[in-house]
Amino acid sequence: MAKTILEIKDLAVQYVTDEAVVEAVNHIDLSLEQGESLGLVGETGAGKTTTALSVMQLLPDVSARIVSGEIYFEGEDLIRISPAKKREYRGNKVSMIFQDPMTALNPTLSVGDQIMEVILLHNRISREEAKNRAVEMMELVGLPGERFNDYPHQFSGGMKQRVIIAIALACRPSLLIADEPTTALDVTIQAQVLHLIARLKEEEQTSLILITHDLGIVAETCQKAAIMYAGEIMEYGTVEHIFNNTAHPYTEGLFGSIPNLNRKVSRLTPIPGLAPDPAALPRGCKFAPRCRYATPACSEAEVPVYEIEPGHLVKCLRAAPEGRSGDE
Amino acid sequence: MSEILQVKNLKKYFKTSRGMLHAVDDVTFSIEEGHTLGVVGESGCGKSTLGRTIIRLQPLTSGTVIFDGISTDDRRMSRSELKAYRRNMQMIFQDPYSSLDARMSVSEIIAEPLINYGVYRSRDELWKAVFELMDTVGLARRLANSYPHELDGGRRQRIGVARALSLNPKFIVCDEPVSALDVSIQAQILNLMQDLQQERNLTYMFITHNMSVVKHISDEIIVMYLGVVVEHASADSIFEHTLHPYTKALLDAVPVAELGAKKSRSFIKGEITSPIDPKPGCRFAARCPYAADRCRSETPELRELLPGHQVACHLAEELDQST
Repeated sequence: MAKTILEIKDLAVQYVTDEAVVEAVNHIDLSLEQGESLGLVGETGAGKTTTALSVMQLLPDVSARIVSGEIYFEGEDLIRISPAKKREYRGNKVSMIFQDPMTALNPTLSVGDQIMEVILLHNRISREEAKNRAVEMMELVGLPGERFNDYPHQFSGGMKQRVIIAIALACRPSLLIADEPTTALDVTIQAQVLHLIARLKEEEQTSLILITHDLGIVAETCQKAAIMYAGEIMEYGTVEHIFNNTAHPYTEGLFGSIPNLNRKVSRLTPIPGLAPDPAALPRGCKFAPRCRYATPACSEAEVPVYEIEPGHLVKCLRAAPEGRSGDE
Repeated sequence: MSEILQVKNLKKYFKTSRGMLHAVDDVTFSIEEGHTLGVVGESGCGKSTLGRTIIRLQPLTSGTVIFDGISTDDRRMSRSELKAYRRNMQMIFQDPYSSLDARMSVSEIIAEPLINYGVYRSRDELWKAVFELMDTVGLARRLANSYPHELDGGRRQRIGVARALSLNPKFIVCDEPVSALDVSIQAQILNLMQDLQQERNLTYMFITHNMSVVKHISDEIIVMYLGVVVEHASADSIFEHTLHPYTKALLDAVPVAELGAKKSRSFIKGEITSPIDPKPGCRFAARCPYAADRCRSETPELRELLPGHQVACHLAEELDQST
């Protein structure tokens, strides 16, 4: 059994504004083993990025509030450690790749300096050594070291994302969170970047949380997947569970919504309606108003999580032991 | 079947400080009425410029476009000529967040084309038309007085579709209409567009970078790279009998939501080269794993290799036989 590196327990995060309280993440549990890659899938507003920012402890102070929960990373609860300690592990043991490579870099610093910055911050080494490490990192991600002194605007989108990956991996983190790392890139460049992330993860035995809305990327890059909707994890399991034994109606809806390159369907089956307003979530199952299997029971009370096979968790009444036999 | 749109040797160049940017370079194709032509390619391949030039949002450098009997070329068009030319064509834009006037209400946005072309007799008739359009695209009538910022992306794109339909056009240029939307909403809009096409015999030019979407919606497909068409065929033929190395690379790069769907993957190295003053030769040669000397000196013409299947590659036959 591999070592558990990250354990999220009962995490709930709210954003408080003058008008409303937005329930972004609602009591989720999640764990990750060393070297494992987890795909966090969901649509806009599902709470994927908020979950990631909670792990990074980068939630905005003014508006965000962690209402409950613990986030254990290598045995320590990240929510309750001192700010100095947070700085020590952030960017060092846990780092994050942000979605938009066009805005994640500082336009007034050369890319080399930006890679060096994180190395110098977390290691007691000379500038000379740090520079050598930074050049090494550039070459590792496929950028020529001679471009050390170039500025972000001199790079294309794919190259900038490589710079960001170099920064994220510069201190050899044990956990890497990649938030839609390729959404802003063209497909051929996306393939290069995903391949790079997968290769580096393998070499460094880094654990990976990959946030995406693209089930195709999850199928190719991840071992486990968690499907999020309205701040909850609706289904969790290995990719085999999720893709070959889909159990939650929302996951099913996602698969029906995407055109598949390998199969021809004349008509897509979209999920009807819209995602709920996170400031006014429905009672009971959050997906019930859009679910074609919904019964009155779904909206009565909080839906428990059922384990329908070892490691395959489903938050749906249809997955209850008594409900399953009567189906189909 | 009749061809509703014919594009002949269309060129659109932009002057830049570093030279002439060949955004669209000698593109020829036609679309049959009631069909969907998908235009795919990565950013900077000229697909949006092609759409915008056809609809005359910008003048063309050379070539001819004949739409529904009216032809246009590099001469200037007067306002009234443009108005007549565009009477039966519309555009749906990519970003429903920036393509709608933030200071106009939903009903005003949808009514604007009707007012511009004066195709109603009374205010009652105008409102009736607006409400019918809202019904058609699935927007609740109560939203008529809302403003775009109050609505989500899917609803905003429905406004864009309603506005495009308002004058009952024959042809719509759809520039990445679902790229900014979540997948469940994307499927709703794609279905809506297909239903409307069947009801009204609409012709679409569907511009996208998404290979799965283009396969799903198109009858015919054009693949563009750096301003030129590299492959043109029916949707089935392009996917079942891919001929151009670039099309192959594009298809290889798409992640498929199925386990074990991809066995091997060939990467194309490098990135798109500059479209400014391109040298003779194949524009894909710099990234092509098969490129030979000839590819770097002689520009490949688009030629028909299979019935109805055109490709611009010197090596297409050899590559086709070897795979």
